[in-house]
Amino acid sequence: MELDPLLLSRLQFAFVVSFHAIFPVFTIGLASYLAVLNGLFYRTANPAWERLANFWARVFAVVFGMGVVSGIVMAFQFGTNWSNFSLAASNLLGPMLSYEVVTAFFLEAAFLGVLLFGRGKVPQGVHLFASIMVALGTFISAFWILVSNSWMQTPAGTELIDGRFHVTDWSKAIFTASFPYRFVHFVMASFLTGGFVVAGVSAWYLLIGRDVEANRKAFSMCLWMLLVLAPAQAWFGDEHGLNTLEHQPTKVAAMEGNWETQSRTPLLLFAWPDQQAQENHLEIGIPGLASLILTHDLDGEVPGVSAVPPEEQPPVWWVFWSFRVMVAMGLAMIVAALIGAWLRARGRLYESRGYLQFMRVMTIAPFLAVLAGWFVTEIGRAPWLVYGLMTQEEAVTPSLTGGMALFTLIGYVLVYAVVFYAGTLYLTRVVRQGMLPEPPHDDEVERPKRPLSAAHVPFEDAANQPGRS
Amino acid sequence: MEMFDLTLIWAGIIGFGVIMYVLMDGFDLGVGILFPFAPDEDSRDVLMNSVAPIWDGNETWLVLGGAGLLAAFPVVYSVFLPALYIGVFLMLAGLIFRGIAFEFRFKSHRNRHWWNRAFSWGSTVAAFAQGAVVGAYIQGFPVEDFVYVGGALDWLTPFSVLTGIGLVAGYALLGATWLIMKSEGHTQAWAYRLAPRLLIAVLAVFAIISLWTPFVDDAVRERWFGHLHLLWVFPALALLCAFWLWRSVQARREGQPFIATLGLFVFTYLGLVVSKWPVIVPPNYTLWDVASAPESQLFLLLGVLFVIPIVLAYTAWSYWVFRGKVRVGEGYH
Repeated sequence: MELDPLLLSRLQFAFVVSFHAIFPVFTIGLASYLAVLNGLFYRTANPAWERLANFWARVFAVVFGMGVVSGIVMAFQFGTNWSNFSLAASNLLGPMLSYEVVTAFFLEAAFLGVLLFGRGKVPQGVHLFASIMVALGTFISAFWILVSNSWMQTPAGTELIDGRFHVTDWSKAIFTASFPYRFVHFVMASFLTGGFVVAGVSAWYLLIGRDVEANRKAFSMCLWMLLVLAPAQAWFGDEHGLNTLEHQPTKVAAMEGNWETQSRTPLLLFAWPDQQAQENHLEIGIPGLASLILTHDLDGEVPGVSAVPPEEQPPVWWVFWSFRVMVAMGLAMIVAALIGAWLRARGRLYESRGYLQFMRVMTIAPFLAVLAGWFVTEIGRAPWLVYGLMTQEEAVTPSLTGGMALFTLIGYVLVYAVVFYAGTLYLTRVVRQGMLPEPPHDDEVERPKRPLSAAHVPFEDAANQPGRS
Repeated sequence: MEMFDLTLIWAGIIGFGVIMYVLMDGFDLGVGILFPFAPDEDSRDVLMNSVAPIWDGNETWLVLGGAGLLAAFPVVYSVFLPALYIGVFLMLAGLIFRGIAFEFRFKSHRNRHWWNRAFSWGSTVAAFAQGAVVGAYIQGFPVEDFVYVGGALDWLTPFSVLTGIGLVAGYALLGATWLIMKSEGHTQAWAYRLAPRLLIAVLAVFAIISLWTPFVDDAVRERWFGHLHLLWVFPALALLCAFWLWRSVQARREGQPFIATLGLFVFTYLGLVVSKWPVIVPPNYTLWDVASAPESQLFLLLGVLFVIPIVLAYTAWSYWVFRGKVRVGEGYH
């Protein structure tokens, strides 16, 4: 079997970036939630808000730490596996990615320590300000990353001279056609992620009856937010899709599993796309609905994948099914929010054990939706890396062999397996330990002022310890 | 825009970032390298606590340097990383394992020996990979039209293995002198015993590399034995630092050995830079050949000039907060 360095590099990038993305998508939402909790505590002085803020700050610390560790690899990934792309796009992507790093460090240097360790040491207003700045910093970091990605999807403001992109207009290159849609869609996704995680963990606490007062508050406020955001995200995702239809029609065609350009395009509920035959097997669909959604007209024309030659087509099966996973998760989130509203109206929100169990399980839904969404947009761009200007084949490192790519792919999978296992195990312990009765008393001079150290939880149970504390 | 040369400014920034990284992450990697040889588990606690509060700030410079290279000297980024593909992976894997070991070792009891291993192996592998990068840089890279055209393991030669071992020894020396400053009692006594031996190892490797380098790189040979006699000032100063280090360890000084080791590193680094200047992708390309567009360099410069002072201030502040000796039983458990 011939090892293909391009395919292996794509797999490696998909693996590394997916593994990395789940952390920021959670921390961006959680950072804002912490700012809200600290704000509420500042306003009302209700200790329940403080307990919640302290608990979620500990979770934030662990997840933020894992995001940083997995992010280091991303900074080198472009150069090792996509060196031609790095060189070609460096005039734009270099500054964008550097600004992301610079923003993240500025934030970490200035405010993260105050947020995690400053409670009781600095005035409450300063602590709240730090919390707001951390939340703002996560948005700015996301801004630069999504600027880079959006430029790759809908390039503008640059011209290609001798195989290198030169920036002709910074504002055009930063605010490309798909950027506003992608940014809002992503920020809403991180809020949904934060909301479902907090709701899920609160539901579990309510089930076992721990710190009921604080967790009812948390559960209730999350559900209000989800009731607004889950449907809004579905509507906005549709807007984003229309923007994609305008700029990347083939991607939308693949999402719909639509091979031939046609009017009265059905919305497919099930299909088995076959790239070789350029058709679907086992189609089940609702006639005309795709046309109606995409063109607001039953007879509207929807582009087909076969409109472009096979070598310019994305792998339809992957895009089609990733899109369906994302939409299914989105619908499940809307249903969860609506059931919550209905139970609230009947005054049984905290009593229905079945619903609390369901919300526990739903914690995973936003993560699946986010990953599936990235799969749609990234695989849907294939074979292009910079849409219409540079293919993945032109971008990959020329000196890379299949053996090298396989070696690092297996290596990263093993490294991340350890990181993820240790991190997840530890996170579940932090959650199990739950709300500390009062904020941990920080009298240890030598304790590192670093994210993970903010979670005062031992790694294993206190049993069978040697005689040291 | 001809008022000042942006490329030179960026060379200064990146050059500064590299030496900052080497000095700062150097001593905490060194502590990791020495970790398995520590007298006992209490000493290991002291070792880890002496760098735990600051190590991740030290690694800041690595990520900043990587992103800065892509922005300012993209050809360096797109030639070095493919050429050093396997080495870069080993370095990152080492740094990741070491990073999580910092966090989890203290929180773990049953599995502590595993985190001990992750810490020491991660540090050693990362240090070796970085040293091999230096060797590969001295050797140069086969490049055609700004693209690396060599094989996967071209960088791994007896010469780069030697520079790898050299940097492991050098970092260990930084770590040992750091511990002399930060510890007391039997841990400090152990560090005092270690420092002269490590210095001898470093000087031996340093001598072999110096003799070998002119045979590896013609350009360097011409420069060294040409008419630029000023160049010899750097190895002379480096040797002076080595002598100072030796004497200050003998005299049982606490802070001076570390300062002397920093000096040793700085002058060796400057010697290397001057030997190669202005070539940055040996053997073909100078700084100006590999620079990005001036508008891109300027766009990023504004942000970096704003942030670097903040990062420096923050770094200085954390070192100030965690000044003084680390004692057994302190720290977080």
